[in-house]
Amino acid sequence: MPTPTRGFFGRRRDRDPRLPPGQYDVGGDWPVLTAEPTPRIAPETWSITVDGRVEAPTTWTWDEAHDLARSEYRGDIHCVTTWSKFDTRFAGVSVDTLLEAARPTAEAHFVMATSKTGYTTNLPLEHVTGGKAWVVWEFDGRPLPIEHGGPVRLLVPHLYFWKSAKWVSKLTLMTRDQPGFWEQNGYHDLGDPWRQQRYQGD
Amino acid sequence: MTEVPDSEVLGPGVADAPTGGWRTATVSGVRRPIQRSVELRLDVHDRVDHLPGQHYVVRLTAEDGYTAQRSYSVASAPGDPLIELFVERLDDGEVSTYLSDVVEPGDDLEVRGPIGGWFVWDGETPALLLAGGFGVVPFVAMLRHARALGRSDLLRVAVSSRTLAELPYAEELMDAGALIVLTREGHGIRPAGRLTAAELVPLWEPGQTAYVCGSASFAEAASQLLVGMGVPAADIRVERFGPSGAPT
Repeated sequence: MPTPTRGFFGRRRDRDPRLPPGQYDVGGDWPVLTAEPTPRIAPETWSITVDGRVEAPTTWTWDEAHDLARSEYRGDIHCVTTWSKFDTRFAGVSVDTLLEAARPTAEAHFVMATSKTGYTTNLPLEHVTGGKAWVVWEFDGRPLPIEHGGPVRLLVPHLYFWKSAKWVSKLTLMTRDQPGFWEQNGYHDLGDPWRQQRYQGD
Repeated sequence: MTEVPDSEVLGPGVADAPTGGWRTATVSGVRRPIQRSVELRLDVHDRVDHLPGQHYVVRLTAEDGYTAQRSYSVASAPGDPLIELFVERLDDGEVSTYLSDVVEPGDDLEVRGPIGGWFVWDGETPALLLAGGFGVVPFVAMLRHARALGRSDLLRVAVSSRTLAELPYAEELMDAGALIVLTREGHGIRPAGRLTAAELVPLWEPGQTAYVCGSASFAEAASQLLVGMGVPAADIRVERFGPSGAPT
């Protein structure tokens, strides 16, 4: 344990058990943190592609994606900048559904998510399967706002939120891990908030 | 409304940007040049020199092991023997109130840095810097670094604040020739008002990288002004402040 900081007592002791270490409850706010200008993407021009190490590379348009089985996430999200937001509600389609159609090959072990802006983030395949990841277009029953990644973003809520790529348009299955945008810029390859994997080397 | 083409816009940033681990920093100076903020000068032991635009994490630990940490952009140039942070005091800020109200020279703080490879200036590329309020901090590091290199000609700066009294490093920015935009009061012949594209056009030149830093609303407005002027989205790097005052 590091040496205590002189005169620092901290805000509270009765921490909500839903709060990972080093995080605080942001309440009703939802901060916007992106590295690029917000793109304006019309839903009719958006599509999601699953390619790379798959047997059947597949692309779904907005309408086609909406025809897939709807899936919801209710729970918490955690940003590496130390805010967490409780009781969020997102809806879209489970990444499992997309992968069932595209059929990852035996050598697929990692995923690179790519956004319309060129933003990328890498994820181990087992962290986006088994009901752990979604492609979402609804937040709290309304269309996902553009500043939060609308019309459609990736949602991987058990990892820090930079993994939930805004404006997602492609999931590429890979044999080996490759760093995405923030991962090339000093951030962790996995990003588990419960293990405080904020930066490379954590 | 702008359609960003389906192309690679975000690159890897500066290759091999320096990264440092956890260090002890001894507080060397504490000043409060403007209200509701604090300037800290830190002697970081065994320091890894930063590039302008990078940030540090400050971690506070209570007696029972409880910790709180936030990120702050560095205001000092790499050549400065001390790391300078300029922290906005948020009334409900757990870390910023401590840094602003409690820290004294001689205190030791736990810090980690430098961090970040995207919102970084390499010291060679012409750049247009647009800041809102405390978003000026990383640009002060860039301006100081440019001055040390004798390349102040590479940087054009526009900063926006509600009033001059609330603008960190106001004198230094004016000395550097920054366009000062005040939204709540006039400045020279300029009436109060938001930054406009007409004011930015003379500052923009092809080949520049544009850096935008400030609150989410400032960053959104300023980056859309640039996109509207025809600046390629690929040449715009944005750093937005969260409610914690923390970039990235």
